[in-house]
Amino acid sequence: MLFPHKHILGTEQLSREDIQLVLDTAESFKEVNSRSIKKVPTLRGKTIINLFFEASTRTRTSFEIAGKRLSADTINITASSSSVVKGETLEDTARNIEAMHPDIIVMRHGASGAPHYLAQRLNCSVINAGDGAHEHPSQALLDLLTMRQHKGRIEGLTVAIIGDITHSRVARSNLYALTKMGARVRLAGPGTMVPPGIERLGAEVHTSLESAIAGADVVMMLRIQLERQGKTLMPTLREYARFYGLNPENLKGAKEDAIVMHPGPLNRGVEISSFVADGKQGVILDQVENGVAVRMALLYLVGGGEHPQG
Amino acid sequence: MGCDMKILIKGGRVLDPAHEIDGILDVLIEDGKIGRIGKNLQAADAEVIDAADKVVAPGLIDIHVHLRDPGYEYKEDIVSGTRAAAAGGFTSVACMPNTDPVNDNKTVTHYILRKAQDEGAVNVFPVGSITKGLKGESLAEMGELKEAGCLALSDDGRPVASGEMMRRALEYARPFGLTIISHAEDLSLVGDGVMNEGFTATEMGLKGIPWVAEDAAVARDVMLAEFTGSRLHVAHVSTRGSVAIVRAAKKRGVAVTCEATPHHFTLTEEAVRGYDTNAKMNPPLRSAEDVDAIREGLADGTIDAIATDHAPHHLDEKNVEFNAALNGVVGLETALPLTLRLVNDGVLGLNEAIARLTVGPARALGIPRGTLEVGVPADVTIIDPAAKWTLEAAALHSKSKNTPFDGWKMKGAATHTIVGGKVVWKRS
Repeated sequence: MLFPHKHILGTEQLSREDIQLVLDTAESFKEVNSRSIKKVPTLRGKTIINLFFEASTRTRTSFEIAGKRLSADTINITASSSSVVKGETLEDTARNIEAMHPDIIVMRHGASGAPHYLAQRLNCSVINAGDGAHEHPSQALLDLLTMRQHKGRIEGLTVAIIGDITHSRVARSNLYALTKMGARVRLAGPGTMVPPGIERLGAEVHTSLESAIAGADVVMMLRIQLERQGKTLMPTLREYARFYGLNPENLKGAKEDAIVMHPGPLNRGVEISSFVADGKQGVILDQVENGVAVRMALLYLVGGGEHPQG
Repeated sequence: MGCDMKILIKGGRVLDPAHEIDGILDVLIEDGKIGRIGKNLQAADAEVIDAADKVVAPGLIDIHVHLRDPGYEYKEDIVSGTRAAAAGGFTSVACMPNTDPVNDNKTVTHYILRKAQDEGAVNVFPVGSITKGLKGESLAEMGELKEAGCLALSDDGRPVASGEMMRRALEYARPFGLTIISHAEDLSLVGDGVMNEGFTATEMGLKGIPWVAEDAAVARDVMLAEFTGSRLHVAHVSTRGSVAIVRAAKKRGVAVTCEATPHHFTLTEEAVRGYDTNAKMNPPLRSAEDVDAIREGLADGTIDAIATDHAPHHLDEKNVEFNAALNGVVGLETALPLTLRLVNDGVLGLNEAIARLTVGPARALGIPRGTLEVGVPADVTIIDPAAKWTLEAAALHSKSKNTPFDGWKMKGAATHTIVGGKVVWKRS
């Protein structure tokens, strides 16, 4: 079956079948990643540009490795080294890049909607690698793959997402994807960090971490931005850790076999204690590993490929 | 703009809400003034305009326009802005002081009036600033601004953040008969929001501007007007709370008026979807409930005036990512048909609609226009309420094309715009 999307701008646009196809395709690429020669020729001759306007190590590296393992030529452009600092507009930057005929642009930008802006104006495919507080589809898809790997299914799971929901693109993309796949999503965070109307996207909003994770199959902790401390959204990191941090004690409220996820990078001792992150329920490195496979799948599907298994 | 020629407007439905005139009548314009209004007028030497099936109204008045001149002529200038006004049926506009330099002194006021006189298509009434340089730190020279020709003062684009400064501005402006215009916004509550706070913003991952940022500021300024006994006009109300606050204050006898824009009574925050920067403005497009409240306020007279907040911006300032785009839309050439939509939808009677575009705004700022009284300068707008047309942004007379209504099917247009007895716009 052909993938019906030229761009991957968010999980909001993806159907249940699309998500299924991405996960199945990623599954087959996981095998490639465990070979001694980790390369397939599928995207040979294709050019992929990673256009990153925000700092990122994990996502950018993951996309770069994914492209290389598919034999595409991948080039990284970061805001600090680009002409953005010289005052060039986003459209001009993009048009100049497009003039060099890339096949796919993978883009991260601080402004919500920036990849949509690009997708409307360029002929090549655009994959959103995170836009503002809007979406981060590849993260959500790798999260789903990790859940499926550990739980054997997604439908029927109870997933608690804890932290700064308002500013989280990870939360939004997961919410769209998980509800489409039949999971139950609970959210909790400080009163200043739960955005209005989020329940209309199908989430249950809880007022405490304890109530959100009670009996949950998956506990997903979001990264808190340290610079929010001492301003208007929260008093101190100490208090944040006390009420919204995951530790071995409060984790007992979740199912015994619950898995603990985090998109990284970790603030150890703030939103997640080391005992939990490194404990037997933590699957954070599986998420990173699955990230490469999911991004291979996305590049492959957008690059015009069919499911490798037919 | 005087004119010796006589014009006889025959057989139109003449509406003059200030004098409760509504009937099929003729209007004779002589010496640039309204000469006579009556049935079967004759004037052998007059140019005759057949106004059968048309509405003959006092010239429309827009009390919230950014002409961008001096300083930002690449967006708009007095020539292009007044031409857009004429094409939209407006015979008078009040222009906001956030130019460069700011209109906080008589020299800038004189410049605007001189250029409007020499090259403008319609009457221009400059609005001076409340504080020097719009900085909120010290009062502008209000007395001289009044002498130079300002009727009202505003720090439009920014609120007067300090309550004490607003109090003193109201007190000081009063003996000069100047109206203080409130751009009501609590910036600490606005933060770095870029659209209305609510479900749509949550879904789009855009930072929200809550309604309370406007309501709290409107409440403060209305209370200060009540406290000082001075005249206050609230610009671009966009929330149900603002409408309720003004309605209650009017009931108590506070000297307050307010305006609403066509985009705030036509569009909701849903128009932002797709990250359309032409739907980005301040105050932001609000919820459907707010739109309903604005319409109610227009119908019951809580809202005195329809004003466009015509805010031209260059393509380069809009053709960027949503967060980076400047706030504002052009409105002079879409206000009339969008107002007539309210009439077609049964929200307003035609009389009320015309009142909100003429005598309402005139009284709010003390502009000596807005009626068809015999002897006043002949500012007249002839409207074909049945004219069907499609808005094309590229065809706007304004230098800037930033409208969220591109491609909209419109009904109703000005066929003739007459300023001081001279036809400045004729629809082809």
